[in-house]
Amino acid sequence: MLDQPAEGYVTADGRQIGPVVLELKNITLRFGGVEAIKNISFDIREGEIRAIIGPNGAGKSSMMNVISGFYVPQEGEILYKGYKRRKMPPYQVARTGIARTFQNIALFEGMSVLDNIMTGRMNLMKSGFLKQALWWGPASREEDEHREKVEKVIDFLEIQHIRKTPVARLPYGLKKRVELARALAAEPQILLLDEPMAGMNVEEKEDMSRFILDVNDEFGTTIVLIEHDMGVVMDLSDRVVVMDYGKKIGDGTPDEVRNNQDVIDAYLGVAHE
Amino acid sequence: MTTTAPEAALHSVPALLARNARQYARLTAYREKEFGIWQAWTWAEVADEVRAMALGFLALGMERGDHVAIIGRNRPALYWSMVAAQSVGAIPVPLYQDAVTEEMAYVLDHCGARFAICGDQEQVDKVIEVQESVSGIEQILYLDRRGMRKYDHGQMNWLIDVQAEGRAAEARLGVELTRRLAEQDYDTTCVMLYTSGTTGKPKGVVLSNRNIIETAKASCSFDSLGHKDEILAYLPMAWVGDFIFSMGQAYWGGFCVNCPENATTMMSDLREIGPTYFFAPPRVFETMLTQVMIRMEDASPAKKRMFDRYMAHARKVGGAILDGKPVSGGDRLKYRMGEMLVYGPLKNTLGLSNIRVAYTAGEAIGPEIFDFYRSLGINLKQLYGQTEASVFITQQPDGEVRSDTVGVPSPGVEVRIGETGEVFYRSPGTFVEYYKNPESTASTKDAEGWVATGDAGFFEEGTGHLRIIDRAKDVGKMADGRLFAPKYVENKLKFYPNILEAVVFGSGRDRCTAFINIDLTAVGNWAERNNIGYSSYQELAGHPRVLAQIQEHVEAVNASVAQDAMLSGCQIHRFLVLHKELDADDGEMTRTRKVKRRFIEEKFADLIAALYSDAKTVYTETEVTYEDGRKGALKATLELRDAAVVAPAGQRMAAE
Repeated sequence: MLDQPAEGYVTADGRQIGPVVLELKNITLRFGGVEAIKNISFDIREGEIRAIIGPNGAGKSSMMNVISGFYVPQEGEILYKGYKRRKMPPYQVARTGIARTFQNIALFEGMSVLDNIMTGRMNLMKSGFLKQALWWGPASREEDEHREKVEKVIDFLEIQHIRKTPVARLPYGLKKRVELARALAAEPQILLLDEPMAGMNVEEKEDMSRFILDVNDEFGTTIVLIEHDMGVVMDLSDRVVVMDYGKKIGDGTPDEVRNNQDVIDAYLGVAHE
Repeated sequence: MTTTAPEAALHSVPALLARNARQYARLTAYREKEFGIWQAWTWAEVADEVRAMALGFLALGMERGDHVAIIGRNRPALYWSMVAAQSVGAIPVPLYQDAVTEEMAYVLDHCGARFAICGDQEQVDKVIEVQESVSGIEQILYLDRRGMRKYDHGQMNWLIDVQAEGRAAEARLGVELTRRLAEQDYDTTCVMLYTSGTTGKPKGVVLSNRNIIETAKASCSFDSLGHKDEILAYLPMAWVGDFIFSMGQAYWGGFCVNCPENATTMMSDLREIGPTYFFAPPRVFETMLTQVMIRMEDASPAKKRMFDRYMAHARKVGGAILDGKPVSGGDRLKYRMGEMLVYGPLKNTLGLSNIRVAYTAGEAIGPEIFDFYRSLGINLKQLYGQTEASVFITQQPDGEVRSDTVGVPSPGVEVRIGETGEVFYRSPGTFVEYYKNPESTASTKDAEGWVATGDAGFFEEGTGHLRIIDRAKDVGKMADGRLFAPKYVENKLKFYPNILEAVVFGSGRDRCTAFINIDLTAVGNWAERNNIGYSSYQELAGHPRVLAQIQEHVEAVNASVAQDAMLSGCQIHRFLVLHKELDADDGEMTRTRKVKRRFIEEKFADLIAALYSDAKTVYTETEVTYEDGRKGALKATLELRDAAVVAPAGQRMAAE
């Protein structure tokens, strides 16, 4: 793997990549006797697009859940912005600036697109339950401010036409986009995308790729991405982690990973002893 | 119309803006929905924005007579950029934003644009691609900053930055701007618009201030449009209609132009704004009606009964009430009930509650569709026009509205029918010339200012209304000398909701044949209702039951065509349903969605040959262009169907 300067660098296409923002050290995650993640270490730099790939069951989504705080690893530590992250529930992790989307869409089906995206700002709302319920004074003003932010996200992802449509009525590709919108509404520093292109046709994939690049470019959001479409991964990401059976078998730029014999074996299938 | 300034001084769009900024200072001039809210600008604010932009253009070195290409969807700032360009003596050239790169390259090269003002990154990318082959473009300006950060800004500017620089340069360049503004008069060029070009390359139509302002003046007074009116600007800015409605008339009358949030929200924006003055091509009215009908199919039986009952009543008396004809008291009362229960809520849903005047033009509109809107109390009228006339040639006065005519000559327009049946006109709106194309100018406009429309038509006896038959050059003769008017038959076919497009062939042949395009929305809905599964457009278009339906329509049209002795030869003997939708991206249609007949004849020559053979099916491969410009091939085996024709009643009599 190429050694990049610690303080950051500028990519060929002019994007600013900063220092390491999140570091995973010797993470091991077990479910009873099953070791889903075996002693994995890697880091994520500020402003980069970092992909995690691997065959089915490799432990990618578990890794995502470790980063988002949903799973707590039995061994290893997570350094976030230079400090060791203590055990905390996912909503507190979200408050530290990490937002995610889900492999299986997890939206509120009966609510409108707008309301769904508004829930993304939950963590940023300050007025208490009572004030919100009465919707009085500061609470109403606060909602206006949040609505403004949400509208910018709606504009950014070009979903104005479905603003008031209940999510249940939307096609799959748009639901995915709404999920991304909800995650973006939280104004995250790190955005975790769990298979954002799954089940999409070529055109939808192109749109989604453009949005991911735009988010990264426009807001400087660091993006961690799990994806099966190799074309997408190789085109979008700055660095790729490859997992197989819970182990890390590769880490580096798309080109390095593509030529890594272990990775080729894992994908083409070599008998495991 | 009241004007405080002497009208003689109002000889340019910037001058009209200055007047509006004084006279209607606090009235809303523009609205645009952005971030979910309608943002508004008053005339005074608009004047300020335009001035800043004009100063910014001066700072960038825009010269008199420069052509400024404007490419983007309808947005206030892009309209302002046109006025700003006019202010410094440059000529705005709005382009179709959905044009592919080659089309854009031709136009940018032809007009020699030095400046290109783009709506967003997509348009900037196209212009940059064009720059590889066309050298004239020196500066690219853009409005939406998204995705633009990484571009080389050496010769590129954000429009808002240009305005800021303009404001800062007020002291330095203000005098020069005042001088340039004073140079504008009735004979300077107001705008250059490219015709969509059903044949050959697009032509740049030069329209002077006189053309635009005289036309706006006459047409505003014809329908008494004034500063209280509201319109929705959603049709392409490159189209002459939008320029007249959203610029000419809006600046003359001082009314408010509303820009939708984006193309997909047009219908809900229409509902929110509720314009008083509305223009839409027949296709939009058709789509709206189709949607209403589809939704009524899903309504509860009680609602559906109520809808059917009152719509039947509206069809009976609605049109007459709108025209101010005598209608019995009982019928009026029932109509008012209907207004409360059905028509009012329906108009509200469609966003047409406040309409005072609505126009349709460009294509023939189906009589059922036309009557549907009129029976609801919407004053939908037809006009006939073209780019070269600054739109208006004829239009329908209130009280004399029918679906089969295009009205009487507009105020100030003279119309005559040539010996060949072609329509000629002369008016203050008649264009100056085709840019860099004296031959075409000479062949279209004669020394006395008469312009050939290229359409064949006649004045109706008694009413003085003009009726258009077809494009003059499309009207031909069949092998046995009978008259061939394809458009006439195609329009009849297109009035069926499940036929989107039809192309009839037969010039120089012994019988007529046709290509049919199904309407995916209508046919898809029908398929769903009848449990017909399909996986693609192609499969649905080839379904035997769809073909049977289309055959019924073709035969019904044949029966109707046979009624007219003159045109009975145009009955369709054989037809096929195309496996792909005709598309402007494949060059089969113009950007304004008019069929390019010659092109289709060449492209689908194999299919036409099959239609004139005895074959039952035909195999074909067609090249298609995807949205991103890549090309692919579409393979299909199409069924050729024979349609029953009716022996013309008139001909038998003539033979006796």
